[in-house]
Amino acid sequence: MKQRTLIHGVILGLFCLGFGLALALTEYVTHDAIVARAMEDRQNSLGQVIPTAIHDNNPVVDTIQMRDDAGRELTVYRALKDGRVTGVAFEVFGSGYAGKMKFMLGVDAAGRVLGVRVLSHKETPGLGDKIEVKKGDWILQFAGLSLGDPPAAKWAVKKDGGRFDQFTGATITPRGTVAAIRSGLDFYAAHEAQLLEVH
Amino acid sequence: MATPGYGRIVRDGLWENNGVLVMLLGMCPTMAMTATATNGFGMGLATAVVMAASNLMVATFRNYITREVRIPVYILIVAANVTFVDLAMNAYMHELYKVLGLFIPLIVSNCLPLARLESFASREPVLPSLVDGIFMGLGFTLALTLIGAVREILGSGTLFADASLLLGPAFKVVEMRVMPADMGILMFILPPGGFLVTGLIVVGKRMLDIRAGKGIQMAGAHSV
Repeated sequence: MKQRTLIHGVILGLFCLGFGLALALTEYVTHDAIVARAMEDRQNSLGQVIPTAIHDNNPVVDTIQMRDDAGRELTVYRALKDGRVTGVAFEVFGSGYAGKMKFMLGVDAAGRVLGVRVLSHKETPGLGDKIEVKKGDWILQFAGLSLGDPPAAKWAVKKDGGRFDQFTGATITPRGTVAAIRSGLDFYAAHEAQLLEVH
Repeated sequence: MATPGYGRIVRDGLWENNGVLVMLLGMCPTMAMTATATNGFGMGLATAVVMAASNLMVATFRNYITREVRIPVYILIVAANVTFVDLAMNAYMHELYKVLGLFIPLIVSNCLPLARLESFASREPVLPSLVDGIFMGLGFTLALTLIGAVREILGSGTLFADASLLLGPAFKVVEMRVMPADMGILMFILPPGGFLVTGLIVVGKRMLDIRAGKGIQMAGAHSV
């Protein structure tokens, strides 16, 4: 009886060992390709919020680490041209209808929005997901805006007395998005010197 | 029990013992991935690959896997295959991975591969097991695509939206808009719609079978 139990243990152990090795090998073989793909993805998503015309460096690797106002680690991607910072991009967060929404926000050296894109969200398909550029061009209207334009009181959805349209059947998603972008601009304004400093 | 012929295996997998529509297995990915036909199709194909590979491996080692440890070994094999597919897709089919990536790990939670290992691959030779894995997987794909198509038409008014992202630009032609977007019934994209549509399709399949005069023998005759 004891002998048989041992055999089962050995069989299970051998399978674990075999598949463990196979997995390690697969990981080893695919590792470089996966890292390269992740870099391309990041470049693509950054490319949508930092126009290639304004930089001659690679913002994906030209980063500085900061802490945002909530104390979270924040990676800031910087666009440089001729040794001067022409724009920065970083993640901002907003509260949606169904949880946290994550955006990538690009801001130029004058504090204007270069572009903003949704990185992840859990909003209702067909209602709140119009913040995706794939589903509508609502999110494009922010390009060129800054803290003074429109004035602070108008940085809200129309229902709250601001200037941005809400969607039919969804107010909370655009409200959270507007607030997220505004918080990003506030962060930029508060840390402008540090963000633009070239070491 | 004699090994069934290949024709039988193919018919069982695609229709008569379909994993979703007859055995009602794999409900987790079925509900999660059928808001559009394209997602259902992609999820189905990824599952088919995992099932074919798992069936093949278990059938190969079937004489060494003792009864007592068979379940952990099956789970190990399915999970390892899911990881192989996940890594390989991320590295070499990255566009597809961006669409399906989040859902690949869901295959582990699918009981259908496990059920086929237990009831088929652990007792049958390698080649029939491989064929069973492929066709059970394709039957799963068929069911998910069908459910996805119905939910997508009713919920979003489109059919095969984003198929070109999944299958390449040549498939742009199959993307269509069946009715205006604002006519879509939101419920069908949300989970309740998944249950309703799946239920209706199961009923529809049984009615077809009854009409074809084989309604009685199909009720779980080959299932676990």
